[in-house]
Amino acid sequence: MNFPILSTLIFLPLLSSIFIFLSKGKSNNYSAIYISLFSSIATFLLSLFLWYSLDISTAEFQFVEEKSWINNFIKFKLGVDGISILFIVLTTFITPICIISCINSVKTRVKEFLIAILILETFMIGVFCSLDLVIFYLFFEAGLIPMFLIIGVWGGPRRVYSAFKFFLFTLLGSVLMLVAIIVIYWLTGTTDITQIYEIGIPREYQNILWLAFLSSFAVKMPMWPVHTWLPDAHVEAPTAGSVILAAILLKMAGYGFLRFSIPMFPIASEFFTPLIYTLSIIAIIYTSLVALMQDDMKKLIAYSSVAHMGYVTLGIFTLTKQGIEGSIYQMISHGLISAALFLCVGVVYDRLHSRMINTYGGLVNYLPKYSFLFLVFALAAIGLPGTSGFLGEFLVLTGAFQKSYLAAMLATFGVVLGAAYMLWMTKRVIFGVTNNSEIKSLTDVNKSEIIMLASLAFFVIFFGFYPVPLMETFSVSVNSLIDNYQIALKSN
Amino acid sequence: MNNLNIMLPEIFLSLSIFTILMLGVFIKKSFNIIFNLTSLIIITTIAIIINNPDNEVKIFLESFTRDAFSNYFKILILISSLFVLNSSKNFIIENKLNKFEYPIIILLSILGMFFMVSSNDLILFYLGLELQSLSLYILASIDRDNLRSTESGIKYFVLSALSSGLLLYGCSLLYGFTGSTNFDSIAEQLNTENVGAVFAMVFILVGLAFKVSAVPFHMWTPDVYEGAPTSITSYFAVVPKVAGLALLIKFMFIPFSNILLEWQTIIIFISIASMILGAVAAMVQKNLKRLLAYSSIGHIGYALAGVATGVISGYQSAIIYISIYVIMNIGAFSCLYLLKKDGQYKENISDLSGISKKHPVLAISFLIILFSLAGVPPLGGFFAKFYVFVAVLEQQMYTLAIIGLVTTVMSAFYYLKIIKTIYFDDNVITFDPARNKFAQLSIILSCGILLTFFLYPSVFNNVAITLFNS
Repeated sequence: MNFPILSTLIFLPLLSSIFIFLSKGKSNNYSAIYISLFSSIATFLLSLFLWYSLDISTAEFQFVEEKSWINNFIKFKLGVDGISILFIVLTTFITPICIISCINSVKTRVKEFLIAILILETFMIGVFCSLDLVIFYLFFEAGLIPMFLIIGVWGGPRRVYSAFKFFLFTLLGSVLMLVAIIVIYWLTGTTDITQIYEIGIPREYQNILWLAFLSSFAVKMPMWPVHTWLPDAHVEAPTAGSVILAAILLKMAGYGFLRFSIPMFPIASEFFTPLIYTLSIIAIIYTSLVALMQDDMKKLIAYSSVAHMGYVTLGIFTLTKQGIEGSIYQMISHGLISAALFLCVGVVYDRLHSRMINTYGGLVNYLPKYSFLFLVFALAAIGLPGTSGFLGEFLVLTGAFQKSYLAAMLATFGVVLGAAYMLWMTKRVIFGVTNNSEIKSLTDVNKSEIIMLASLAFFVIFFGFYPVPLMETFSVSVNSLIDNYQIALKSN
Repeated sequence: MNNLNIMLPEIFLSLSIFTILMLGVFIKKSFNIIFNLTSLIIITTIAIIINNPDNEVKIFLESFTRDAFSNYFKILILISSLFVLNSSKNFIIENKLNKFEYPIIILLSILGMFFMVSSNDLILFYLGLELQSLSLYILASIDRDNLRSTESGIKYFVLSALSSGLLLYGCSLLYGFTGSTNFDSIAEQLNTENVGAVFAMVFILVGLAFKVSAVPFHMWTPDVYEGAPTSITSYFAVVPKVAGLALLIKFMFIPFSNILLEWQTIIIFISIASMILGAVAAMVQKNLKRLLAYSSIGHIGYALAGVATGVISGYQSAIIYISIYVIMNIGAFSCLYLLKKDGQYKENISDLSGISKKHPVLAISFLIILFSLAGVPPLGGFFAKFYVFVAVLEQQMYTLAIIGLVTTVMSAFYYLKIIKTIYFDDNVITFDPARNKFAQLSIILSCGILLTFFLYPSVFNNVAITLFNS
């Protein structure tokens, strides 16, 4: 492969954002939407082609691009394997949906909004492609700028507070990772992760470096107790911002654990497993309980995201095949489901400008199509068999039972709580009595909303029944991840 | 004759200064001519330096060095003065500062800095420093009918004179203990058992720290930055810092190379204190110039962190840092020249409220520069910090690195506050249409470099490596 397909994938959205930036006038907001939609769909197709041509029978990195960047020091190195390709496809799939959602929900400065989304897409794809720690850090951090602006400029009433909290929390978490990256450079003489895998990090450094990486990933994940920025950011962000935040930005941390923490620091990963279990279980139970008490739909979904991410961390650190595969599956499916739920909230928010649960009630009588889709996603979030949400949780719990009965049982309890808050919200929003007379005059979902929600619903159900395409893609990579981990543990 | 050839930039600069001084005296309303001549002189001097060979030569009893190091800093000083001066031209004329002495004094201070970075002798070093400082005193109070400008000039003069006194005392102590004023022979004579010399070192360090406004010798900075006219503030924020940092590195590299440990401890302290104060004190500022003053204190702290490593890679990282700092600050101050409403230049953060709606290009440039100052990747400011922390961590100075990074996050807060005012606030302020073409040019150049820096991040690295070959 001589054609730099990954660079094209990364920089295509950036180029189109420059193109939109240079196009003049306020009247062509629609043309800006078309350009960005076109380019993001092109990116999606390109990523599908990438997935199609990826050789899934090997765990090697493929489509590797290497270019000297900072002389004798850092190489600009990109590559994908079975795990990262799925996140790339998820990113490129969610972005066009976000752009479609702009048509209804973003009324001011549409052009700038699209530019921010496209630049963010560039950085997100970059995170999942990079095979060098510094490049990874670069993309990981750079995403803060557009997201900060998306929350702050287009957000709700408390947007300034939320944007600051989001930015500063994440930045504070990741500076320690930067220290760790530079220390790794001085220990191994490289920041190329494939070389670091081979060289290995000395035992005495592993714990402290692992913690430095954790500080970044825990904030991004988010894990209890540093999750508090997430509900604020979600509530105040515009619909498209919440969707990207929930669907993709949160996955960066899970991906980071798989790509960096476990392979680079196997001993530390083993050592800190109890810590992760504890934090994950607290996240699952505590945030589920908090979610029960919410009056705000977006806040409720945000807390449910924290709980779902708890399953992901639990699954990753079971370090069993089922656990890790479940985690990846859970991340992908949560990416689809939470995106869809935020879009659902966005649909009614565009009409009534309220996110409060008690504003609504009895929507099923007036918006039947909407209610059906909402119900599908709510059930998927609970993990009903037949939806993609079920499989992830099931595998994670299977993996957890092999390692710790207590953790697995407590996590299972979280599933019940999850059903409680989701169903209760559905009951109050979709069913029940209509007290608000404005609801009677609402129109049902329009065409663009149908496209967004139906395509998500399709994949949620499709992957619920037929998980093979995803499973096949990452299974070899996960196997080799676990094998390398076992070997590293034994050799020490 | 050969010796004079080596000093050609300095000689050319001095002669030109005398010539345009005469012109200024005899031609009425000569500001424009002198100003344009000044730019021409600066450009010519850059050309002369570039054509000068880079090999190390020491002349006049080894008191004057010309090498790659001094040439690089001279070019940096000249280029930054060129941009600072030209982007402030409209401001100078509109605020009736257009006296013909203005550009001439700037040139004189540049001449002083030339001798500072080239000096290899305590006496020449002190003379250069004083020439620079005297010019800066006048510049700070150039708006002599304005109370605040005069106050800032006096304040700067009193404090700076004190620090110069300490510095001179240090120099005389050093001469007394080593018997020489030449840097190379001082380096040979000095060792850690020479307690008197360590004393001398502390005094010299205090003087230099004052010039680069590092904590705890920073007290003058916010007041002078706020009081002086913006055109002078932008000069203060950029050019003398470059020269001061060059000297710090030079002192550490040549005369004090044997007592590095003593010196290092102090620099680490100054660096940490500057980073923390720069981050904390700037949070509560309402005036943009004052905020930039504290931010420059913080930035000097990061550059000093590179110097504190005491190894060449650290000095290189400090040089890279200061180069990128210059680019960012030229951009930031050029933005200030466009904040004009009803003929008045605005200086408060609240005056930026909602400008993104009416002035999208200015807003996005400000955004880029501020995020870069905050050190967020992938902008140029990140790489500046990155190189410094790579060098610091190579020496395993973990505390310094972690404090530095935590203060980065703290300082991000006040940069975000400005961005918040620009982008999130609802009431919309409209400025006069910008006429200052050169300021716009420097903003665009600065943003362009900061944005595209990640494409070729080793550009300064490559230069910095060549500076310490000798």
